[in-house]
Amino acid sequence: MSEARILSAPLVLEYPFSRTVGAVQGAFLTGLREGMVLGVRGADGRVICPPVEYDPVTSDELTELVDLPATGTVTTWSWEPEPRPGQPLDRPFAWALVQIDGADTGLLHAVDAGSPDAMRTGMPVQVRWSDEREGSITDIACFEPVEGES
Amino acid sequence: MTDIVLPDALRDVELVRSIRTPARLDYRFTAGEATSRFLRGIAEKRILGERCSVCGKVMLPPRGSCPTDGVPTTEQVELPDRGVVTTFCVVNVKFSGSAMELPYVCATIVPDGGDMGLFGLVQEIPFDQIRMGLRVEAVWVDDDELKPDLASIKWWKPTGEPDADYESYREHV
Repeated sequence: MSEARILSAPLVLEYPFSRTVGAVQGAFLTGLREGMVLGVRGADGRVICPPVEYDPVTSDELTELVDLPATGTVTTWSWEPEPRPGQPLDRPFAWALVQIDGADTGLLHAVDAGSPDAMRTGMPVQVRWSDEREGSITDIACFEPVEGES
Repeated sequence: MTDIVLPDALRDVELVRSIRTPARLDYRFTAGEATSRFLRGIAEKRILGERCSVCGKVMLPPRGSCPTDGVPTTEQVELPDRGVVTTFCVVNVKFSGSAMELPYVCATIVPDGGDMGLFGLVQEIPFDQIRMGLRVEAVWVDDDELKPDLASIKWWKPTGEPDADYESYREHV
């Protein structure tokens, strides 16, 4: 028999889910599409980004969306040496919590730093927007180090 | 909907209401020796189970060992391409990528002489007449389309025989 004894074939499992996002996440994603980063004002005045619908301490409904700059600070990070298909970048990058300037919480995203040596907690980063934006977290292609600062 | 306060720049734009969140897993399925033998049989329109030397049950599709007794299954048993519907499900929800007309029926079919079921479609009978105990036979794809893949069985259709007695398949439900 010329063919291999053991059969093997690709097997793809895919669930084409979609979901509604609600008013607050919808506003955040609309902001991304328009090139803006939004947070939400918490009951104690803190700004939560990405925004949540209910205050994490008091459970109050949160409604005041706040326009934030597209810059922030890395608060913690982990290097991804072998990116997998579907991840934000196709070359090694850092997963990082980025505290957007003016916000009090972290946003999980990728930082295109080139090397783990270029990463550090406290480093300033800025949003690199995707060329085509559609109202998705991937409208932020990634974050990148702010030139001239370290 | 909650009355939210948006920055001015977003007051007149259309708001995002939903997102697509597909979940995708890319596997490579390697069948193993026993299942490879089974699948090669399927490409020849043959259903090949393997019998456990301890309990005597015929595994289908064979995985090379008996899940109860833990011994290798070494005796191949050819089964007919007809059997009994032991359980089924009426599908009323459209899946993307499926060309099936709704509603349709997925069933577990235990070929005569086998002790495990194959998963398949039941067609050529109105969906609301499909029942446990229904006698069915395989409808194969055209010979030039046969492959070592269970999709080589297009579906199962009623044989017209009287229903199987529940006692005859209760162990397989």
